[in-house]
Amino acid sequence: MGVFSKLFTAIKGGVNEAGEAIIDANGVRIYEQEIRESKENLAKAKQELTSLMAKKMNVDREINSLTKDVAKYEEHGVNALNKGEEALAVEVAEKLAELENELTTQKGAAEQFAAHISRVKNLMKQSERKIAEHERELSMVKTTESVHKATKSISANFGAGATKMVNAKESLERIKKRQQTFEDRMSAANELESESDSGSLDSKLAAAGISETNSAKDDMLARLRQKAGK
Amino acid sequence: MSELQQLAKGISEVDEEVRQGLEFDFQPLPGDVDVMQVTIKEREEMPVYMTMADNQLLCICYLWDESQVNADKKHEMSDAMLRMNVPMPLSSFAIIPSEERGDQYAIFGAMSLNSSSEDIALELATLSDNAIDAIEVMSEYLI
Repeated sequence: MGVFSKLFTAIKGGVNEAGEAIIDANGVRIYEQEIRESKENLAKAKQELTSLMAKKMNVDREINSLTKDVAKYEEHGVNALNKGEEALAVEVAEKLAELENELTTQKGAAEQFAAHISRVKNLMKQSERKIAEHERELSMVKTTESVHKATKSISANFGAGATKMVNAKESLERIKKRQQTFEDRMSAANELESESDSGSLDSKLAAAGISETNSAKDDMLARLRQKAGK
Repeated sequence: MSELQQLAKGISEVDEEVRQGLEFDFQPLPGDVDVMQVTIKEREEMPVYMTMADNQLLCICYLWDESQVNADKKHEMSDAMLRMNVPMPLSSFAIIPSEERGDQYAIFGAMSLNSSSEDIALELATLSDNAIDAIEVMSEYLI
């Protein structure tokens, strides 16, 4: 069973330490070790591939030069026959047989190298896929574990008494009220600002002796004088 | 300075526009793993938690716990959450179990560790907005 389904089963079963339940701290290390080893093997395979490819290139060069030699000696052989140099032609034929032999051997080697290279490449692809899969699985387990630990720290931070979360609706109400207070304060500040603008006008009027308060005072004094009968 | 503290420092220096006018306050929490509590001014009830998990940065905002869900409407709520998951920008709904507080509903965002301060600031602001909107629309399923 894969890690994904193991984790799913644990989570569905209400296991809080789902991550730890799958792989304990030691297990994670073993898993990580496996990934590290796979990566080392992959690096070795890459080196092997490089050397195999170098060897194949060498053989290919050899094949090329042998093929050219074969063509060259064939031409020489034909020329020797045309010139009636029978003995020389036989010697050329011997050389050709030797070259062809070598060519066959080298072609066989090239084929073997090609097959080996494709095998190593396939293995590398497989290990790369496996490493990616292991890393994804490990990441799932580690994330579950890490969030569980973080949740513990967060819960602890709420204080020993706070076993329950603050009621969400009440929190929202408070936040909204605060928002409203803030907006109220903003509009109050705006109002105040416009009032103080008119306030400065009032003081200018007062300075000019056309203030409302002054006239009210005068009215009051007049009323008092009237009452006093003076 | 831990990696999270470095991130926090970077986020503090981000333009107000990217933070969408929100003010973040960062407080590292003690524990087995690094957790940074991000308190948002005027939204102190709903902090966001940042933590590193394997090769990602998780930002989590807790919404409510199981005791606050109207049991008769639990299925309906889960269904609504799954349908909202894709349209909700940058965040996803989740259930995070805990020994102390039972199942906790949360919204979270997962980010690459290479994310810029601007990206994380935007994530935090969006997550907080989403959390408030989520409680508002899901209120009908809550006690």
